[in-house]
Amino acid sequence: MLDKEGIAKRIAKEIKDGYYVNLGIGIPTLVANYIPENIDVVLQSENGLLGMGPFPFEGEEDADIINAGKQTITMLPGSAVFDSAMSFGMIRAKKVNLTILGAMEVSENGDIANWKIPGKMVKGMGGAMDLVASAENIIVAMQHVNKAGESKLLPNCTLPLTGVNCVKKIVTELAVLDVLPEGGFKLLERAPGVSVEEIKKATAGKLIIEGDIPEMII
Amino acid sequence: MNKTVSNADEAVSDIQDGMTLMMGGFGMSGLPENCIAALVKKGVKDLTCISNNAGVDDFGIGLMLKQRQVKKMISSYVGENAEFERQLLSGELEVELIPQGTLATRCMAAGYGMPAIFTPAGIGTEVAIGKEVRNFNGKDYLMEMAFEADFAIVKAWKGDTMGNLIYRATARNFNAVMAMAGKVTIAEVEELVEPGELDPNFIHTPGIYVHRIFQGVNYEKRIEQRTVRKRT
Repeated sequence: MLDKEGIAKRIAKEIKDGYYVNLGIGIPTLVANYIPENIDVVLQSENGLLGMGPFPFEGEEDADIINAGKQTITMLPGSAVFDSAMSFGMIRAKKVNLTILGAMEVSENGDIANWKIPGKMVKGMGGAMDLVASAENIIVAMQHVNKAGESKLLPNCTLPLTGVNCVKKIVTELAVLDVLPEGGFKLLERAPGVSVEEIKKATAGKLIIEGDIPEMII
Repeated sequence: MNKTVSNADEAVSDIQDGMTLMMGGFGMSGLPENCIAALVKKGVKDLTCISNNAGVDDFGIGLMLKQRQVKKMISSYVGENAEFERQLLSGELEVELIPQGTLATRCMAAGYGMPAIFTPAGIGTEVAIGKEVRNFNGKDYLMEMAFEADFAIVKAWKGDTMGNLIYRATARNFNAVMAMAGKVTIAEVEELVEPGELDPNFIHTPGIYVHRIFQGVNYEKRIEQRTVRKRT
């Protein structure tokens, strides 16, 4: 079973040389720490920055330089800043190659819910609806089951949707799965020490298992 | 064409109860701190505020919420504000949550003189309820209307007396799009200079969009999430 860092490490392997990548809040933010050094990647922050760098050294924080999670960050050489309309323009125009975000639920046809729990959480969708509606390559980073032990990979989402038919791949503490265009979670890899049976038990939606499922290499 | 006013009080003097205001900023970054303070002092109420966030309890639009000056918020993300949540759950405050890109682009449309835009954000979700859907090249888009705001209130880094503005780093955010979108646009800047001192090649907001400008004072520039790394 993977911890959060492990999920981030596995997702980092999906990032290719030359990609512009948008990382959501939570586990996706950790992915930045594991991007292989031999590839060139530019991180986009939807509040208006391309070229996001690591956190600043203590004492060098700047209130004018933050990411979409409102954290103080740095700008790498070659960065560009722009307004919010242009930021979502480049997202809508599919210039951003990969979007990695968290989710509360994903359905077997690729619907995602991650912004609202009726009666409980009213924080808002931020940029998530724009990102999932336009990105061609969306990876979800999340736990396989929620705190109550219920599967988050479902036949249909029960929470208000963020977007429909959009998630392509899911990485959890148990597995890597593709969401097939025709519907269903196709099991690609098992986390170290996790059996196919355990993954079956934790997946409420249609799980497709073909042949031997390899253990993931991270 | 001198658009200088002496201070924030003068800049907001004709803002009336019930008006719609756009307020620039993302989180705590690039907030028009002086104008917010002046609006709190003025006590104008029943406002509709279009702003990506709603501030925290004691900073940003949170200060106006605390004085019950806001009737309606139109935002994309409103976490981190206990008073906001209380007013929302008790029904004192009306809130319209919309996708962040939709919010920015509805401002942009106003500044570009376009009545509406089409965006895929929100298709198949509760955001789409009651909205016109059009299909272009096999994909569905929602029609979203340009915002109409009585005032846009923005913060820039530098400006000249003609209203030309330059923003700094990610404090540009919604400021640059909202500056173009108000019937009246008020800009507060950290440094106000004479015409000719700013390089025309590097102006972000041309002065034609700006009606009033002043140099702000005592910027707190609060940081919401102070994240750092250790020196090795």
